[in-house]
Amino acid sequence: MKEKTYVADINRNLYDFRNTETVEDTFRLEDGLTEEIVLQISAEKNDPDWMREFRLQSLETYRRMPIQDWGPSIEGLDMDHIATYVRSKTGMRAKWSEVPQDIRDTFERLGIPQAERESLAGVGAQYDSELVYHNVKEEVAAQGVIYSDLESAMHGPMAEMIREHFMRLVPPSDHKFAALHGAVWSGGSFVYVPKGVSVEIPLQSYFRLNAPGAGQFEHTLILVDEGADLHFIEGCSAPKYNVANLHAGCVELFVGKNAKLRYSTIENWSKNMYNLNTKRAIVEEGGVMEWVSGSFGSHVSCLYPMTILNGAGARMEFTGITFAGREQDLDTGMKVVHNAERTASVVSTRSISKDGGVSTFRSSVTVTPKAKGARASVSCESLMLDDISRSDTIPAMDVRTRDADVGHEAKIGRISDDALFYLMARGISEEDARAMIVSGFADRVSKELPLEYAVEMNNLIRLEMKGSIG
Amino acid sequence: MPEKLLEIQGLTAQTNGKEILHGVNLSIGRGEIHVLMGPNGAGKSTLGNVLMGHPAYTAQAEKMLYRGESLEGKSADERARAGMFLSFQNPVEVPGITLASFIRSAIEARTGKRVMPFAYRKRLLAGMRLLQMDEAYAERDLNVGFSGGEKKKAEILQLLMLEPEFAILDETDSGLDVDAVRTVSEGVREYMKEPGRSLLIITHSTRILEALHTDYTHILVDGRIVAEGDASLVDEINREGFESYE
Repeated sequence: MKEKTYVADINRNLYDFRNTETVEDTFRLEDGLTEEIVLQISAEKNDPDWMREFRLQSLETYRRMPIQDWGPSIEGLDMDHIATYVRSKTGMRAKWSEVPQDIRDTFERLGIPQAERESLAGVGAQYDSELVYHNVKEEVAAQGVIYSDLESAMHGPMAEMIREHFMRLVPPSDHKFAALHGAVWSGGSFVYVPKGVSVEIPLQSYFRLNAPGAGQFEHTLILVDEGADLHFIEGCSAPKYNVANLHAGCVELFVGKNAKLRYSTIENWSKNMYNLNTKRAIVEEGGVMEWVSGSFGSHVSCLYPMTILNGAGARMEFTGITFAGREQDLDTGMKVVHNAERTASVVSTRSISKDGGVSTFRSSVTVTPKAKGARASVSCESLMLDDISRSDTIPAMDVRTRDADVGHEAKIGRISDDALFYLMARGISEEDARAMIVSGFADRVSKELPLEYAVEMNNLIRLEMKGSIG
Repeated sequence: MPEKLLEIQGLTAQTNGKEILHGVNLSIGRGEIHVLMGPNGAGKSTLGNVLMGHPAYTAQAEKMLYRGESLEGKSADERARAGMFLSFQNPVEVPGITLASFIRSAIEARTGKRVMPFAYRKRLLAGMRLLQMDEAYAERDLNVGFSGGEKKKAEILQLLMLEPEFAILDETDSGLDVDAVRTVSEGVREYMKEPGRSLLIITHSTRILEALHTDYTHILVDGRIVAEGDASLVDEINREGFESYE
């Protein structure tokens, strides 16, 4: 009996829609990046003086720094032709019904109002580079939780706190795209959870790129004070365009003493996107940081959320999944620094590669001399769905104390013919059997997600698996 | 409707360039229990796999009919949807999908209809009780970390839930203790209560047969059926082994 398997284009109709907003509705700056543009952005944003200076300094850093010489190739990126800032005409809207129809259509297809109905605490949805819709439920605000866009928060009572924390974890000198971010950042979320406050419902933010050639540089700054508890969900999806798209966002998370933060992300970028995102968390004594990270889509991704365990007994858990399909090079992983005694980290990732996709797991575990009794365990499993795809594991470890327990394991596998036959012998079609095995492989991650996101992730997997059988 | 459920003539099967079955004839009618015995390496499991459509084997036959229709070119899932079932000798572990949701998906794939959760759950738990399986197994990943005995019980649970017309039991009794064999045969008897269902039991012991009424016995040696008879042939093999046929 002959088995025929071919590589087919994935049906992304569900996700690759775009709306037909007319060009005159949007305000658009020249494509290149000059001091003038940065000043213009700053003026548009009504930046405080320090922020304007910060932007200009970041631009200097950006010009000075070379592009990274490791990881996947980003040659396809031409910064001279990426409009760094595209803004929709609408300003902030408090109510869904006041958001313009075409923008609403876009979000509706992404299921935002649905998610809203399902008791998510607040939605800060970003359309192009501007926040157009923002809503924090009263009960959360009543607890003293501040959830807003970063721009307006800079002028409010949290101004000083933002100044103290903005790009302190990820300084512009970190890498070229962090510097770029510092110069042109726009939009994003600010969350402050006061001492001892436990936010029962997750806060959600939905970012979306929607203009050809536009980069998106949203900044997320979250501070969870002593003993507080928060779950923040970030979901991303972008329509497909011909011009190379760049995403260089930045996420900075501060987890206080005995506080807990769970940060969940499902990223589903269109397949021409360069996703060069930087995420970093610092955790104080007894604090807990949990990452759940799903990376789908994009042409190239470089994503290594980093955690600095800076106080005794601080803990980190990282659960991630990456799905690399045709013409995708996804370089994902994580970094952790154990910088205090009895700190602990547990990392479990899954990666899937298909149709010639390249999936690389890159990890870095650093244990400083201070981190006596630290424990770190990293495990990554890869599934390759055919012979033309690729999966690599690049673990790095730097352990500077004898009194630490550090482990790493990696497994690479394929869908076995026996497993496929077993499922098919029960009446399940080959396509469904493959999808079932892949979903099962991803189950560890989807279990960590809220239900509606788990469903979305399974749909994404199904979508990516579709058409792989001939 | 044809009288015979399964009709095989001159079946050969190769894998990796090696012929394992050299022209097998087999005819199974509705409501019949057939036993296939033979020494290790005779090709018994190969026959089971080939009948179910395992892609690792290249099969050729003068005639290979199920319900009067040719099985040639039919994939395993098509055969399953036509009413065939194979209880695996070594069930595969599939992480990330629970036994309960797997069986539900399989029923939906076979019937093309949505399964009603409440009724399904009730039926599943009844089957598990009959097979003396702990309910917790329903929510465990399919076969993952199951003991040999639990894996075989899970196979018979699937047999009961999927309600095929024709089932091949490949060494379902091997590796089981006496109590587990009894429980598993209880499940098989339950399956056979419905009239018109047929079984092909592949075994090299006879323990599973004690509680079942055998209609026909086939002895497979070196890829060929070398003897056929009724239930008394099982007793003869029991006494004297396969030596006289080798």
